[in-house]
Amino acid sequence: MHLELFTALVFVGSLIAGLLGALTGLGGGVVLVPLLTILFHVDIRYAIGASLVSVIATSSGAAAAYVREGYSSVRIGMFLEMATTVGAIFGAFLAGRVPTRALAIIFGAVLIYSAWLSWQQSRNKHEVHHAENPWSDRLRLSGSYPDGRGGEQPYKVDRISAGFTTMFGAGTLSGLLGIGSGAVKVLAMDQVMRIPFKVSTTTSNFMIGVTAAASAGIYLHRGYVDPGLAFPVMLGVLAGSLIGARLLVRAGVASLRMIFTIVILALGVEMIVNGWMGKI
Amino acid sequence: MSEQTNKPNPRRFDDERMEHIMGRLLQVGVLVASAVVLFGGVLYVHAHAASPMDYRTFASEPSALRHPAQLFRLVARGDAAAIVQLGILLLIATPIARVVFAVIGFAIERDRLYVAVSLIVLAVLLASLLHSS
Repeated sequence: MHLELFTALVFVGSLIAGLLGALTGLGGGVVLVPLLTILFHVDIRYAIGASLVSVIATSSGAAAAYVREGYSSVRIGMFLEMATTVGAIFGAFLAGRVPTRALAIIFGAVLIYSAWLSWQQSRNKHEVHHAENPWSDRLRLSGSYPDGRGGEQPYKVDRISAGFTTMFGAGTLSGLLGIGSGAVKVLAMDQVMRIPFKVSTTTSNFMIGVTAAASAGIYLHRGYVDPGLAFPVMLGVLAGSLIGARLLVRAGVASLRMIFTIVILALGVEMIVNGWMGKI
Repeated sequence: MSEQTNKPNPRRFDDERMEHIMGRLLQVGVLVASAVVLFGGVLYVHAHAASPMDYRTFASEPSALRHPAQLFRLVARGDAAAIVQLGILLLIATPIARVVFAVIGFAIERDRLYVAVSLIVLAVLLASLLHSS
């Protein structure tokens, strides 16, 4: 295939990945690496490098819109970034030592897990009251968010050390696989630390960029970032996610999310099979 | 923390105001980086238009594209791949700039704990960049 055609096709593929990622809230990065490796036969190391770059772009690109909503917490984000950035460096370190077949299998497992998480999230929603954690105030992590009626809804943070550890894991996955691992970050905040869902998702967006920046330098230095590939991927995913953010209408998202979940599941199985058979 | 106001108060510096400035910072950063990548990318495709490409096999990028100091020399010569790489470096710098701004922001708020937290995050980011270059 010639470069012009390849660049155009990769751009369109990345745009669709970014669009679906933004519409469903699952992020485009997670389907990007399977798309590049399975469909375009790109070496998984180049795919991970390009994906990581696009993750920083979408995180930063969406930042202004997220800030306007007023849900994100700069303190929770910064506090947990201590864990995600160290995790990301650890992940990037591992990526250079793990065989590519194993990378593909781990990637497949993460895809299947995020499909399962997405399935779960659309089902159960329940509020339970817990005792307050004194460290929430001591570490100044408590905050408030707009309740939509002109007032502020205060919240506290719980199980901080468990959340911190989960964030280290999220960072490691991000650095190892070149994904934003937003699903794991939201899981750590929403499920483990019992931070309100809206606060978790918006804060997670900021953390994704900082986390990815921690491993991107290492990937760049190792020569995993190819300009010819990173160019259409970065601009495609960014354009797709910005269009997706504008299109975001509540109606119809549920069925779209369902389809995307199935796509992620299928890609996960494909990655594991390819990795197992040594095709990646 | 602003308790009663919904809109950020331009005179008072608080977390909300800090986040608004950070949001803008990130937006401008990604815009500039994308423009540089687009410019370099179009040049790159133009220069290599008819040549077949192969991403199936992994060969690490040439050393000049992996080290900032050598990269700038290539950019000055108008090398397309180097311009794309410069755009990517700018993109990586954007979230780092956000953390630098957080250090300043928390210092203005006189929040020593979070100045320290932001400095730790910044140190980790810089260590990863400097170690690798």
